[in-house]
Amino acid sequence: MKVLVPVKRVIDYNVKPRVKMDGTGVDLANVKMSMNPFDEIAVEEAIRLKEKGVATEIIAVSIGVQKAQETLRTALAMGADRAILVLTEDDAEPLAVAKILKGIVDEEQPGLVILGKQAIDDDSNQTGQMLAALLGRPQGTFASKVEVAGDTVTVTREVDGGLETVALKTPAIVTTDLRLNEPRYASLPNIMKAKSKPLANKTPADYGVDTAPRLKTLKVEEPAKRQAGVKVADVDELIGKLKVLGVVA
Amino acid sequence: MDSETFDLLRNTVRRFVEERLIPAEDQVEQDDAVPEAIVSEMREMGLFGLSVPEEYGGLGLSMAEEAGIIREITRASVSFRSVIGTTVGIGSQGIVIDGTEAQKREWLPRLAAGEVIASFALTEPEAGSDAGSLRTTAVLEGDRYRINGTKRYITNAPRATMFTLMARTDQGVKGSGGISAFIVPADTPGISLGAPDRKMGQRGAKTCDVIFDDVMIPAENIIGGTPGLGFKTAMKVLDRGRIHIAAVSLGMCDRLIEMSLRYAMERRQFGSPIADFQLVQGMLADCKVDQLTTEALMNATAARFDAGEKVSLDCSALKYYASEAVGRIADRAVQIHGGAGYMAEYKVERFYRDVRLLRIYEGTSQIQQTIIAKAMLRAAASA
Repeated sequence: MKVLVPVKRVIDYNVKPRVKMDGTGVDLANVKMSMNPFDEIAVEEAIRLKEKGVATEIIAVSIGVQKAQETLRTALAMGADRAILVLTEDDAEPLAVAKILKGIVDEEQPGLVILGKQAIDDDSNQTGQMLAALLGRPQGTFASKVEVAGDTVTVTREVDGGLETVALKTPAIVTTDLRLNEPRYASLPNIMKAKSKPLANKTPADYGVDTAPRLKTLKVEEPAKRQAGVKVADVDELIGKLKVLGVVA
Repeated sequence: MDSETFDLLRNTVRRFVEERLIPAEDQVEQDDAVPEAIVSEMREMGLFGLSVPEEYGGLGLSMAEEAGIIREITRASVSFRSVIGTTVGIGSQGIVIDGTEAQKREWLPRLAAGEVIASFALTEPEAGSDAGSLRTTAVLEGDRYRINGTKRYITNAPRATMFTLMARTDQGVKGSGGISAFIVPADTPGISLGAPDRKMGQRGAKTCDVIFDDVMIPAENIIGGTPGLGFKTAMKVLDRGRIHIAAVSLGMCDRLIEMSLRYAMERRQFGSPIADFQLVQGMLADCKVDQLTTEALMNATAARFDAGEKVSLDCSALKYYASEAVGRIADRAVQIHGGAGYMAEYKVERFYRDVRLLRIYEGTSQIQQTIIAKAMLRAAASA
């Protein structure tokens, strides 16, 4: 079974993002970029499926600027077999990404698509679901456990009320939650070897997709700064203050 | 190596340092040991193979690249570096540079994989930088050598599976000419270890005496196969080792400066962060100047080393300058931290003790000065 793992290049999770002076977006100039952590979990899960003998080939795909190639190299170093870079300068929105992924799925016919439930830059949490809808295939989102037996994928999902288990027929789409696994560090020899693994270059036009943005961003601003709190001596004073603020009657 | 691949290597190591090594530092200090789980992770990551050529299963990094990786690793406690240090250094390099093809095939892949951990046994109770006074003997009996002697302060001896041992094979030759370098498996009968040394710092880095009592080693275990060339082999490896120590110094500089900046910006006195005070700013600026000068000298020296130039004098100058510079930086870092810097709960206290060794091992500052001056005088005399 082939496994397709879409990975996104995003601002590194350790970096404190800064909003551009003109409020049009986050300043990415000279900012460290890495693989979306949820996608890293997806790559790890695919590798574990391969190690169990379930997956036969892992294809990593990224849609974005030329530098997204580095993200694909990371996936290859971790253990993906080959990669596809779909080059676009547009800030591709979830629907455009899902359409491109559909094109790749049609070509590659993977038994499983595993991707992060969301990317930490825009937190859209849409691509996996949209892809499932476009393909007309089952989806198991927010996975904390994935088991494959024959043509059935059993996914344990983290939902508000607890854990939900769903069974999907392959081909299926799985999106990963944080607790699914702990991704490995790519070993240094494997990073060197990743250079020689195949990486195909494509464009959205190859899949007949137009990535021009459909959404218009009006303004991006920093979250409001937290105000300093007030110390109270006891519960009575606390309730008094809350009453003044109109929070309790 | 192309810069994209190297960036990926370096970022991976940086992340490993941030997520695994730095959080384990206090435990290393407390237990006086690097946890086995971390040694395994370092092995899986391929860190033991930094300097082994790719054809023998290593990464085959250039000196500049090795220095870049070591600088990242030593942002965490320098004790982690010591786990791989002897293997990346002379343990593999003696064989890489002067070993026979059979020795390379037998040892390098296992060294690169971290299956074999090497330790370098040169220093003795009566001999350190003065190799001429080396007392450990290797006497040929048929096709084997009988080795007797004691080695001192041997880093990684407790976890070594192999020693690169320097012993006198020709009793008739005074000085360094009668010395040979042997590959000695650590499980050879007759080898015993002394009690672990109790040190000022670098807790978790293991050193002890190694005693060789009638240890029988096949003659073919001499590195390169020819007796009497051991010291020449060691000398070839030393240049590389000195650049490596400069990289260690720089990694520690980086961390000390990070810690000092953070503390100076957070700690408030007289109503403002101490970073606002010009006397504190002076110390911060001096740290930066020391860091930048060390970096410039290291980059230049490593580039010339990689280009195949003869840089022994430069390597000595670099090791001397870098280790003294990080000593100054550690001293200022403690000063910036004030009373807190003297307390064990702040990491600068540990760094202050740890950096002290850098001016001593791999040739003291005074030995480096001597090497530099002698090279200058030789050049002037022949001009």
